[in-house]
Amino acid sequence: MTDSKTTTKTVNVTSKASVSVLFAGDSGDGMQLTGTQFANTVAVRGSELNTFPNFPSEIRAPAGTISGVSGFQLQFGSKPVYTPGALFDVMIAMNSAALKANLQNLHQGGIIIAGTDGFDEKNLKLAGYPAGVNPLEDGSLSNYTVFPVPVQQLTREALKDSGLSSREVDRCKNMFILGLLYWLYNLPYEGTVEMLKSKFSKKPLIADANIKAVTAGYYFGDETEIFANIGRFDIPPEKEHGTYRRVTGNEAAAIALAAAAKKSGLELFLGSYPITPATEILQNLAKMKKWGAKTFQAEDEIAGICSSIGAAFGGALAATNTSGPGLALKTEALGLAVIMEIPLVVINVQRGGPSTGLPTKPEQSDLFMAMYGRHGEAPLPVVAASSPVDCFYTTYEAARLAVEHMTPVICLTDGYLALSSEPWAVESPDNLAEIKPRIHAPRKPEDPPYLPYKRDENLVRSWAIPGTKGLEHRIGGLEKQNETGNVSHDPDNHELMTKLRAEKIARIADTIPLQTLDNGAEKGDLLVLGWGSSYGAIKTAVDQAIEKGYSVAHAHLRYINPFPKNLKEILGNYKQVLIPENNNGQLVHIIRDTFLIEPVGFSKVKGLPFNEMEILAKITDLIKEL
Amino acid sequence: MTDINPTTTLTAKDFASNQEPKWCPGCGDHAVLQQIKSVLPELGVSSENIAFVSGIGCSSRLPYYMATYGIHGIHGRALPMATGLKAARPDLSVWVATGDGDALSIGGNHFIHTLRRNPDLNVILFNNEIYGLTKGQYSPTSKLGLRTVTSPAGVIDHPFNPASLAIGSGGTFFARAFDKDGKFLRSILLRAAQHRGTSLVEIYQNCPIFNNAAWDAFANADIKAENTIYLEQNKPLLFGKDQKKGIRLDGFKPVVVDLEKGGVSAADLWIHDETDINKASILARFADTDPDSEGALPRPIGVLYAEDRVTYEDALTEQVRDAQKNGAGTLADLLKGDNSYVIK
Repeated sequence: MTDSKTTTKTVNVTSKASVSVLFAGDSGDGMQLTGTQFANTVAVRGSELNTFPNFPSEIRAPAGTISGVSGFQLQFGSKPVYTPGALFDVMIAMNSAALKANLQNLHQGGIIIAGTDGFDEKNLKLAGYPAGVNPLEDGSLSNYTVFPVPVQQLTREALKDSGLSSREVDRCKNMFILGLLYWLYNLPYEGTVEMLKSKFSKKPLIADANIKAVTAGYYFGDETEIFANIGRFDIPPEKEHGTYRRVTGNEAAAIALAAAAKKSGLELFLGSYPITPATEILQNLAKMKKWGAKTFQAEDEIAGICSSIGAAFGGALAATNTSGPGLALKTEALGLAVIMEIPLVVINVQRGGPSTGLPTKPEQSDLFMAMYGRHGEAPLPVVAASSPVDCFYTTYEAARLAVEHMTPVICLTDGYLALSSEPWAVESPDNLAEIKPRIHAPRKPEDPPYLPYKRDENLVRSWAIPGTKGLEHRIGGLEKQNETGNVSHDPDNHELMTKLRAEKIARIADTIPLQTLDNGAEKGDLLVLGWGSSYGAIKTAVDQAIEKGYSVAHAHLRYINPFPKNLKEILGNYKQVLIPENNNGQLVHIIRDTFLIEPVGFSKVKGLPFNEMEILAKITDLIKEL
Repeated sequence: MTDINPTTTLTAKDFASNQEPKWCPGCGDHAVLQQIKSVLPELGVSSENIAFVSGIGCSSRLPYYMATYGIHGIHGRALPMATGLKAARPDLSVWVATGDGDALSIGGNHFIHTLRRNPDLNVILFNNEIYGLTKGQYSPTSKLGLRTVTSPAGVIDHPFNPASLAIGSGGTFFARAFDKDGKFLRSILLRAAQHRGTSLVEIYQNCPIFNNAAWDAFANADIKAENTIYLEQNKPLLFGKDQKKGIRLDGFKPVVVDLEKGGVSAADLWIHDETDINKASILARFADTDPDSEGALPRPIGVLYAEDRVTYEDALTEQVRDAQKNGAGTLADLLKGDNSYVIK
C-alpha cells in the first residue's frame, strides 16, 4: 500500500484549528461506521476529538425518510475540543432526507458534500420535497458551498470488476465518501484499510471492495477539479506524547467498575437488564471475564438490582446499570439497599422521559428521581459524570463511596455521554484512589456478640461477609434495632435509625474533595453552575465569554448529594448564578432549597444536548442585565 | 452444597437464632422451621457458610429464626437476591423461604426464570393458598370459589399448579411434602439439599387463621391414605389404606385401578421414574383434580421430578475460568484496553 499523503497532487492546503463534520445518511448507509473510522483516524494521528452519534430508535426506520436519518457528528482540532461542535463546518448528506434534517445546523458558508444518487425523484419525494424541487438545483443552498458527488455511481464504477452483487457494491459507498473526506482533510487512509482487512478477514472479496472504495474516494478528491477553489485542509495534530485510547461514556463506566473491583480486591458482579442507552455497560462487562467480572442478564430491572443486592450481601462489588424507566422499577429495591446499608453502584444513563419518552436521546431529567425517588426517608449519594472520559472517574468514585460508606450510590450519566467519545490518556493503576472495604474480621467465641449496625466515626457499619465465622446475622427491609440489627418497631428507635441513615450520607461531605472552579475568577459577576453532560458546552461558552471580557466563571458539580462543603461559599462569590440543565430546572430547585438563593435556570428539553452558542447567548443576556 | 466440614457435631439448636418465632400458634410454619433446623446438621456445612434469603409474607420471616447469614428482602424478590448471592458466592449453601403469594404472584416472573437458569438453591415454597400477613386475601393458588375478604362471592381466578409451572419452566427438581408429616418433610428437605440445582419443595402448609383445613383431605388420618400417593423411585404407584389401589397409564391418561378387583396386578402399574419429564408432567397434573370429585387422582407426595443439569453458577464460573486460562487480566491491561495508540 502506498502512502496516501505523498502520492497526492499538490493542491492548496489550508490549516485550521478545528472542524466539525457531520456524516448523515439513511440508517442503512453505514454512517456510524464511517464516522467511527474517521474519528479513529484523527485520534490516532494525535488530534483532539469529540464525537456524537445521533440515530433513530428504530433499527431500520423507513428508508429515505427524515425519521430514518442517521448521523455521526464529530469535532476534531489541534487544541482540546469539548463538544462535537454547535454547528457543522462540513456536512456529508448521502440523501435528500439527511440534508433536510440537518441543514439548520450547518454554518452559513459551510460545505455540503451531497451524494447526488440520494437526490433522485424517489428520494426527494420520501424526504418530503414538493414535486419538481431539488435543493441541489434550485439555488436554495446558495449560502453554502455545495459539492455534488455521484457517490453511488462512482462506487459502482470503481467496483465493476469486484465480483460482488450490486447490493453488496452499493453497501461500499460509505467507504468511498470516507476516502474522499480523508483526502479533503489530508488524512491517511491506511488505518481504515487495516480495519477492513481484519473486519472482513473471512470475506476477502468484501474486504477488497471496501478497500477499493476508500482509495477510489481518496483519489477521486485528487483527480477531480471540483475542490480546486477550496483546496484541502489540514488540522495539525498537537496532542501530547503518550498512550491514548478512545472511549465512549458507556465503555468508560464499564472499565471503571472492573477497575474498582480490581483495586478494592473484590469480585465484580453486575446484575442488569438491557435498556437503551445503558446496555453497552452490560455488554462491555460481559466481555471482561478475564478480569473476573461476573455479569447476570436478569429477567427484568427488578431482578437486575435484587441480584446485585444478593451479591453485595455476599461480599461482591455489586452494580446495576439502567436508564429512567428501569430506575423507576428499581426504586423499591434501592430502599432495601439503603436500609440494609450495603454497597451498591447504580449507573443511570438518563434519556428523555417520562415513560418510554425518547429512548435514544439524552436528558438530565432523572435528578429528582435519583435524589428523592424512593418511599420513606431514603437518602443516598448521587454523583454525575461530565464527559465520556469522566464517566470512568465518576463511576470509579461511585464505587469507592459505595464500598467505603456502605451505601447504594447513584451515578448519573446520560445518552449523550454514553455514546459520545473522546481520547483518554491511558490511566496508570497507581493513580487510582485506594478503595478500602469495611470487611469485619472473624469473631472468636469469647468475643462480644457481633453488632451488624455498630458504626464507625463516619457512621459506617461493617461488612460481615457470609463465610466469616461468628458474624452470622440476618438483615432486611424491616426497621432494625440500633446496633443489633434485630427487628424493631420501637418509635424512638425508628426515628434514631432514620436520622443515623441521613447523617451517614451527610457526613460523606467531610471526605469528598472541595468544589473547584473549572474556569474564571474566584469572584465575579456570573457563575455558570453545571452538572452532567453540559460540561463541554458550558466550558466552551465560558471560555468564549471570558475572551470577550465578561466576568464569568464555571463550576461543574460531580457530587450532588452531598454537595461539597464549600459550595455555598463559591455560590456567594458571584452576583448571579446560572444553571443550564436538560430538564425543567431540577438542580435549580435543589440549589434554591439548600442554599436559599435564587439562581437563574436555563432549560433545554429537546432530547438534544446543549451547544456552546446557546449558553454563550444566555451568558451574554445575563451579563448585560447585571 | 459446599465442601466445608464443621469441626464439631452440630445439632438443630446450633441453627436457632436468639429470636422467638412470631408466627401464630398452630401455624404450619413452626413445624417447617423445626425440620429445616433439624436437617441442616446433616449437611456437613457450618452455619457461617449457609444463607437464608426470603421475600415478604409470613413464611419469609424464617431467616430471622436461623443462626446463619440471612436476608429478609422485599416482596417477591427472594429468588433474584438468592441467585445473585449464589452467583457471587458459589461456595455458600443458599436457601430460600417463600410463599404462594411471594413466589407465584408478585414474584412469578422471577420464579420461572430462576427455575430455568437452575442456580443451586434450595427453595421452600410454603403453600397455604392464602395471603396471611395481609389478613386473608386469596392467593394465586387459592381454589376456585374460595370466599375471602377480596373474593366475597368466591374466587374466579383459575389457580396455578406449582408443579406444572415448575416443570414447564425448566426446573430441575420438584418435590411435595406436608407441614404435618415432619419425618417425611425432613427426608424431602435432605433430598432437596443434596440436589445440585434449584430444588423446589412445595410444602402444603396450614394457615389456621385465614384458610384453616385447606389441606385436610390430604392430612387427616382417616382419609389421607385414599387421597395421597407417596412416590418412591422405581416403585409402582400404589396408594390407599392397604396399598391396594394403584395408578396405571392408559396411553397418556393416568387411571386409578383397584388391585383387589380382577385383571390388574402390581406389574401393570406405573413405575415411578423421577428422571422422566413426561411422567413428571403427568404427575404434576394430578393436583388439578379435586379430591372430592369423581375419578379424582391421589395427590403425589415426594419427589416428582429430578434432573441432573449444570447449575447457573457452575456455568458462569467455568466461563470466567476459561477467560482466565492464560492468567487473569491485570489492572494495567484493563486500563490500556486493546485499541490504544501511541502519540509520539
